[in-house]
Amino acid sequence: MSEFKAHAPQRGLLDRLNLRHTPLLVWLSMGFFIAILLICLLCEVIAPYHYTTQNLSARLQPPVFAGGSARYWLGTDELGRDILSRLIYAIRFSMMVAVAGTVIGCVLGTVLGFIAAHFRGWIDEALMMLVDAQAALPFMLLALAVLAFFGNSFVLFILLIGIHGWEQYARLVRGMVLSATSHGYAVAVRSLGAPPIRIYARHILPNIASAIIVSFTLNFPVTILLEASLSFLGLGVQPPLTSLGQMLGAGRAHLINAWWIAVFPGLVIFLMTLSVSILGDWLRDRLDPTLQRR
Amino acid sequence: MSYFILRKGLRAIITMWLVVTFAFVVLRLSGDPVELLLGDAPDPATLDYYRARYGFDRPIWEQYLSYFVNVLHGDLGISIKDERDAVEAVSQALPRTLQLGLASLALSLAIGIPLGMVAAVYRNRAADRFAMSFAVFGFSMPNFFLAILLILLFSLQLRWLPSSGAGTWAHMVMPTIALGTAGAGSIARFTRSSMLEVLSKPYMRTASAKGVPALRRFSWHALPNAAIPIVTIIGFRLGDLVAGAIVIESVFAWPGVGRLLVSSVSSRDLAIVQAILLMVAFTMVAANFLVDLLYGWIDPRMRTGGSGQDKA
Repeated sequence: MSEFKAHAPQRGLLDRLNLRHTPLLVWLSMGFFIAILLICLLCEVIAPYHYTTQNLSARLQPPVFAGGSARYWLGTDELGRDILSRLIYAIRFSMMVAVAGTVIGCVLGTVLGFIAAHFRGWIDEALMMLVDAQAALPFMLLALAVLAFFGNSFVLFILLIGIHGWEQYARLVRGMVLSATSHGYAVAVRSLGAPPIRIYARHILPNIASAIIVSFTLNFPVTILLEASLSFLGLGVQPPLTSLGQMLGAGRAHLINAWWIAVFPGLVIFLMTLSVSILGDWLRDRLDPTLQRR
Repeated sequence: MSYFILRKGLRAIITMWLVVTFAFVVLRLSGDPVELLLGDAPDPATLDYYRARYGFDRPIWEQYLSYFVNVLHGDLGISIKDERDAVEAVSQALPRTLQLGLASLALSLAIGIPLGMVAAVYRNRAADRFAMSFAVFGFSMPNFFLAILLILLFSLQLRWLPSSGAGTWAHMVMPTIALGTAGAGSIARFTRSSMLEVLSKPYMRTASAKGVPALRRFSWHALPNAAIPIVTIIGFRLGDLVAGAIVIESVFAWPGVGRLLVSSVSSRDLAIVQAILLMVAFTMVAANFLVDLLYGWIDPRMRTGGSGQDKA
């Protein structure tokens, strides 16, 4: 953080976040998100049952507030598995996939953005052509095509989610690096004889980091939804593993007699994307220098 | 202008070529399609027969060339399930998807643009807060979850609307809402920020100073100037619509391209998947090209200065 302050022409990161004047909604979103992170870490401790534990004598039990028993707070599914426990594990799983996917996309895109901006010429052209090509296609379609051709595997699924979104970072980073290299501080460091890699890593990257962070936060809910959609369609995470989308998709078959199987995971997905969107907007308003006039 | 069109056109063609090549590479990497088709332990003679029949015994570059020629002729193979022509199968499902897509795009615009304008005009007031809450709700709500809630409410609880299928207008209502809500949210947001930008311009002050009525000022002076980001977002929406249609059509058993795609992916009917990939890609590239041209038409600055984004 001190590095950041030393080089940033703007105020420090924590200063700019201005935590004292933060709307309630943002605090709530932060709280919810922290709760989600805790759930991810403490699955085994919190969950009353394992997510595969079946109890065939207690199938399709309603949640406790709809007349169910206190043994299963949020009811059970068609195999008598505890919805609450499955939900807790599903949150961990969906978060793992989304985090891994977003990080892969962010790192890949950032590196390629730097490469495009550094080499210019045909490398830049070729990369930007790829960016255009991917941006021109709905990613969902590419993902489904790859899944159709290669069949379902977990590693492939994570990679697919990771490839999603790289083009946004690449375009963003390239543009910012191009404009940053002509800024006074970069010119100064270059004239002092610093090699490009040092200028990029020590000087330019910290300066554009806030925009990348904003992009990351805005991209995260999209990744959650992508994972959820694919799993919902039965083409993502496969049983016996479970994710929020997969639970929701499986619950579709029981809408008539057991709405709770589908509704609870759906609600969690909604709240997750909502809270991350609110946090992302807030971060962008605070960190994006182009927006500070308003 | 002609240089502008040429450059954009060339980009579009290269993008298409990339997609076609991608489809070919993925198709070949994925293993022997014939073994896939024939299932477990077929005898070698049968394998060879089908390989020769589909041309898989020839060298790879020759396959690529003939593949390319076939694509150019609109021949994308036949479905391995029912031996139908892939393009024909997709074309049959297409009108349903267009119907749903256009209806939900219209819904998004009809809700999003007025909402965004109201939010910009009444900035930081209750109307703005309400409009932006709706917007955030709209694009945080997963379309499939919204679909399920709609089914629970309108089909299972109230029994007003059919939960699946197509045919009457009643079948359209829920898929359209489920597909259009997210778009309404993002269009409202873009309209708002773009309008805010324009409302602070001097010519808006001039217009109000010379006594142009508010409604005319907002819709006649401000909206056209705020239109560019809105047109862009509509261009982006097309992609989201396709992605959304894949999910929503599956939920509501809507007999369109999206549902065909999901069922073909599940049964690994590669010809159909590939036909859909290429046809959607072609549509999207063509649509982007049109949006670019539309830009050049709305904003003459775009035509001359090369691409605006390079300067950013």
